[in-house]
Formats: sequence, C-alpha cells, structure tokens
Amino acid sequence: MSTQRAKDMDENVTWKNITPGCNIFEGGSSEMVNTGDWRTMKPVFHADKCKQCMLCVPVCPDMSIPVTADGKRGDFNYFFCKGCGICSKACPFGAIEMIKEEK
Amino acid sequence: MSIRERLSGNEAIAYAMKQINPDVMGAFPITPSTEIPQYFSAYVDNGEVDTEFIAVESEHSAMSTCIGAEAAGCRAISATSSCGLCYMTEMLYVAASDRLPITLAVSCRALSGPININNDHSDAMGVRDAGWIMLFAETNQEAYDNYLQAMRIGEAVSLPIMICQDGFITSHAIENIELEDTAQVRKFVGEYHPEHALLGRENPMAVGAYATPTYYIESKRLQAQAMLDAKQVILDVAAEFKKWTGRSYDLIEKYQMDDAEEAIVIIGSSAGTAKETVNEMRAQGHKVGLIKIRAFRPFPGAEITAALKNVKAYAVMDKADSFNGHCGPLFAEVAAAAMVAGVTTPKVINYIYGLGGRDVRVESIAHVFTELENIAKTGNVGETYRYLDVRE
Amino acid sequence: MTFNFKEEVKKEDRFCGGHRMCAGCGAPITIKNVLKALNPEDKAVICSATSCLEVSTFMYPYTSWKDSFIHNAFENAGATISGVETAYRALKKRGKLDATYKFIAFGGDGGTYDIGFQSLSGAMERGHDMVYVCYDNEAYMNTGIQRSSSTPHFADTTTTPAGTVIPGKQQRKKDLTQIIAAHNVAYVAQTTFIGNLSDLSTKAHKAIYTPGAAFLNVMSPCPRGWRYPSEDILKVTKAAVETCVWPLFEVIDGKWVLNYEPTKKLPVTEYLKMQGRFAHMFKAGNEWMLEAAQKEVDRNWQELLIRCGR
Repeated sequence: MSTQRAKDMDENVTWKNITPGCNIFEGGSSEMVNTGDWRTMKPVFHADKCKQCMLCVPVCPDMSIPVTADGKRGDFNYFFCKGCGICSKACPFGAIEMIKEEK
Repeated sequence: MSIRERLSGNEAIAYAMKQINPDVMGAFPITPSTEIPQYFSAYVDNGEVDTEFIAVESEHSAMSTCIGAEAAGCRAISATSSCGLCYMTEMLYVAASDRLPITLAVSCRALSGPININNDHSDAMGVRDAGWIMLFAETNQEAYDNYLQAMRIGEAVSLPIMICQDGFITSHAIENIELEDTAQVRKFVGEYHPEHALLGRENPMAVGAYATPTYYIESKRLQAQAMLDAKQVILDVAAEFKKWTGRSYDLIEKYQMDDAEEAIVIIGSSAGTAKETVNEMRAQGHKVGLIKIRAFRPFPGAEITAALKNVKAYAVMDKADSFNGHCGPLFAEVAAAAMVAGVTTPKVINYIYGLGGRDVRVESIAHVFTELENIAKTGNVGETYRYLDVRE
Repeated sequence: MTFNFKEEVKKEDRFCGGHRMCAGCGAPITIKNVLKALNPEDKAVICSATSCLEVSTFMYPYTSWKDSFIHNAFENAGATISGVETAYRALKKRGKLDATYKFIAFGGDGGTYDIGFQSLSGAMERGHDMVYVCYDNEAYMNTGIQRSSSTPHFADTTTTPAGTVIPGKQQRKKDLTQIIAAHNVAYVAQTTFIGNLSDLSTKAHKAIYTPGAAFLNVMSPCPRGWRYPSEDILKVTKAAVETCVWPLFEVIDGKWVLNYEPTKKLPVTEYLKMQGRFAHMFKAGNEWMLEAAQKEVDRNWQELLIRCGR
C-alpha cells in the first residue's frame, strides 16, 4: 500500500482516497503554502548595512530569513514572509527596511 | 486446552489483559470497574506483565493517554464505567475518528443523577454514536471471550472497541469460567504493527488535523465504511475463535426463536434471567423466545429483524431511557431496522427496565411475555413506551 | 550546554513556514526556538492543545511540523503527550525502538492555565520525561480574545471589556509557574524574547535535556489581542522584563534562581502604555488602576526576590 501524500489531498479528493483520520504521513507539508500572499508591507534587505549579527533570524515568525551553511543570513524568502516587520525593528543597523508591498 | 476456573467478570477481564500483556494502560478508578486497574496494577508491580501503567488523574486523561500511546504505535487499553465513560466521551469520538484501535473494558453502570453505582446501560448507550465497536457480554465467560477477540476486530478495521458487561451483576459475581492458555492467547491476538505511527517509522506522522468543510465529511464517510466492514470482521474472528476454543459467537444469539410467537430483544446479563423465563414458559407450552444482542455496534439490524419476522409480538428491552418521550435507545434502533427490512407485521412494544440496578427477576420477564401474548391475541398494543417493575 | 548563538542560528528549523499564524504572532517565535534547542540527531513528538497554534499549524493537509505531531483536544495536551512518552518507554523496554525521542507539548494559556490545568498537573505530578511549554499570550486568543486566568488585572478582553461599570478583568493573573514549581518537577522556568533569545534557548535546552518533567512559561505577545503594532513585539517583551511584570527565573530541582535583575526597574506604566488592552487605565480618574497594578508588580517581585534568596 503506497503512502498517501499531502499534496494529493486537494479539494477533489474522494472519500476512498482521503487519508484515514485526516492523518498526514510526512512532515512539513505546509511548505507548499504561499503565506507571502498575505503581505501588505515587505522587508527589503540592505546587504551593505548588514553586519551579520543574526539578531533578525530567531525572531522571524515565518522562517523567512535563511541562514547559509557558513552562518550568513541570505536575502528574504518571500514565499512565506507576511511582512510583520519584527526583523526590521530587531536589526540594530538599519539593514532591513519595510516598504509597501506592490501587487 | 481450556483451564476451568472461578472468576468474577472484572477478574476475568483483568486476566485477559494480563495474558495479552499490552504496551500501555492508562486508567482511573470508578465503581464498579475499579477492580480491573487494581488487579492489573498488581500484575504490573509483581512483574507478571511488563505493561506501562499510567495512573491518570481522570477518565478524560485515561482516554487521552490511550490516544497518545496508540497513535505512537502501541496497544493501549483502559477500563471504566458510568460517569467515567461519560467524562471521556469527547475522547471516545477522537479515538474513533483518529482511527485508533484502543480497547476499553466497561463495567456498565447507571449515569448520574441521582448518583447510583448499580448496573444499567445508560453509560454505554450514552456513547453509542462515538464510533466505537461495542460488544456486550451476558456472562463473565462472554466478557473474557469478547476481550480476547477485541483487538483482532478493532485492529482489522482501525476502530476502537468497547467490551461491555453488567456492573456488579457479572463484574463482581464469581462464576465458573473456562480460561485459555496464555501462549495460545498471544498467538491468537498476535502483535500490533500499524503501518503509520508517531514513533519509529521512516516518516513522521501528524495526527489530529483541523479539517475544513472541504474534507470533514469525506473523512467521516471513510470512518463509516470501517464500521460497515467491522460486521464481517466480527464474524471472521468469531469463526477463528471457535476453531481454537470450541466456543461459538455471532452478532446476536437466538434463543428458542425458531417457532417463537412472542419474543424479546435484550442485551447483557438479564438475557440469562430471561432464558430461565423462556425455559419455564416453554415447559408450560408458551412459544416464547429471545434475541440477545452481542454486537450492538455495528448494529445487526438485518439479523435481528430476520429473526423477528415471523413472531406475532415482540418487546424491545431497554436498560436505559432516551427520555425522548417515546422510546429507549435500543427500541429506536430495532424499529428503524424493522422499517428498513419491511418487518412491520409483528406488534412491538418497548420496556424500560432495570434502571439503577433495579433487580430483573424471572417473574419480571414472565410479565413481559404475558403482556406480549395478550397483545398477540387481542391485537391491542396499548402503550408502547412502558416501564417495568416500577412501584405505582 | 554553553549557548553558542552563531551555531544555533545555523541549525535547521524543525518548525516550518506556510503556517497560518497572524503576521507577527509571538507563538511561532517561541515554538521555533524551543524546537531548535533539540539536538539535531534526536527525534521528537510534538503535541499541541487546540489553540491558535494548532489550527494554524495543522490545517489539513498542511503540517508545519517536521517531527511527528499529535493534536487531541483543548484540555489534554499534558495527558496526550504523557501517553506518547509512555508508549516510547514501553517500546524501548521491549526492544522495539532504537531512536531517541523527546516529547514536547505546547499549549496556550487557555489550554494550560484553565481548561488544560488538570491534565498538565497530572502529567507533571507523574513526572513523565517531557517538556510542557506554555506560549502565554494572556487570553483565549483563538476564539477571539476572551479572558483566561492568565489575563492581567484590568486588561480589556471580550469577556472582560473595559466598560463604564466594570473596567476590565477584575482578578489578578494566576501565577502558574509557581504552581508548577510546587509539583516538585525537575525544571521550571519563566522566559520570553530578549536580545538574541539566549534566555529562551538555554532554558529550552535545559528543559528538554533534564530527565523528568519540565515546564516552560514563555510570554508570547499577541499583536491582535494586546493591540500594539506587530513590529514592536521585542519592545513589549523587553518592557515586560525591565518593569518586572514578567521576571526571568528558573526553579531547578526545587531551587529558585533569578536570572535577571534590572539595574533600573522601570515603572509598570512603561509596559502598559504600549498596549491597547490597557489604554483605559490611562484615562483621567483611573489612576488608581495604575497604582494598584504597580503595587501588585512590586509585591510579586519582592516575593520572588525572597524565594530566590536575594
């Protein structure tokens, strides 16, 4: 019996094919969801001002500040970022600017 | 080779639990099921089982821990009665909808109020819509045998299962019983290896989703299918059980029904009393019989109505009331099944009886059959919603 | 374990994006940093009580949890995780499981202080090897900001509105951290988001890796319920600590340890004025509320200092 995947549980899934108990047999399936769509404000990363202090990383509620293997923060992952602005206030160096999201 | 013993119903259940040696038990005491976790705790503390016992702080938590443990990939069990069953009701629905084959022993007792510690079926009937498979025992032997079959049934369809017996009447009364050899029990019951679990699988698992209207009803239809499938599973497991022990089980038991003109439909220990009445009345030439329901969930409507189709009058015996102003819970189910099967010729009445441990005597049942004979003779049903043995 | 911030930020997140928590919610900040305190080689099972967290992180078919996760009901995260933890011990004992798992339950203040209190108390008393983390946002936020026993005195909520006759919640906030400490568990701590979150991270690590039951109470502000601009969350938590409204302390095997004593204890108004739920306290004629609030903070702080041997 092949394992049912979350991505197949869309709005057309039949009762025979839905996962029993609405259980899910994998982790992190929410990574398919584009919560970045919610934004009204957007953070802009000014790399030239960034001192790589990393204070923004732990306070991002949406895991939108990636950290590379050599411990450097990269540009924002806009797929999840909801534009809450916490990172901009956490940054002591003005390296994060909040601007209006243009759709 | 069965071993002859003398045990109370609670002891028999605890002994079956010991033989199975499940992974986890989470239980809270309540009269009259209290002895079950007590006996089992003695087994635990004396090293006769290596089950992990959680002395939880409430029945709601008892079922919560069972849900956690079963979802984790273990066999989890508990025992309760009455208000305890009522208190864990929210969790019973979750266990069934999460598709976790937990096993629960119930020593049936009246629900409060007033508070009463004696037997009736209001506790079990109160949770009949929670989605559990429900088997009822007439004797301690049946309680033990049902328990041995429980996990095979529940695990086959991924539904939780309740093994019910009458509190105090069988739970505390010592009767002769045939026990099976432990190694044979373990062979029959087997091991529990769910494909998915929270622990120890290649992939993680998430249990207990928030499902929007897009998904909820499909999930429930799938759950309903499991209950439909359970009927055949109960029969298959019973057939295997008979091969092993020689003892027969079915969805219902028909007693002297072949040519019965008057019959009762009944659940639990009072069926034993009623069989005595049937024997006495048959000896006097009355053509009476009874149908005892073993599997209440899934409800064997077709089987019950097939057995009733040629009687002239029957009474559905309810050891609980629904207080709906017209009938008890079992009557409602039998009547619905009769309507579906087109078995509408027999006259039918409902007796609410035995509430709060009101003694059910041979004479009580004889009165019922006498009433049925009058109804059969005159065609005059009278009141359908009746109470038995209430002081007027 | 010495906290190494640079190493901590490199760890992979076990809590992932795509969840439906509000923009700027404090709960995901708590969750992600608690989970990061797990050693990467250890597996975990997470339980969440019904709450903002649960409905937002496991809305079928989307789970934001990379580990195994179970949600059961509102009042029984403590009992549910007890069952999972016990199953783990049973399987280990029977040689059926190799991996090492840790067990973490999350509940909001509703599912922890109130409806979940009984099952939390049971779990703590039985001493399961688990951590219960309360992300305390001081009201039943998921159902629309109703008061809980964690709601501060005078706060405006939808069931304690700041009305003309009754001006907000009339009872003081229950001290749950102290209550759990009285359960004689291995480790209890109170924390929130300060600086690089080392306080939260080290306490989470201690809670997870101290054998036995542990409890973390993490102030996790809710921008919607507390009514402050979402980007100011760190100002709010810092003020909570600097005014001694939310002291940072641990109870390690029964010994009370104060982790931070402000050099300059700020007046409680510095904290209250940031939040719309306390705005009515600043109206003319309501000075008595501000005085009462200050007295309560001072009393609690003095009692804590004594317990911590200061």
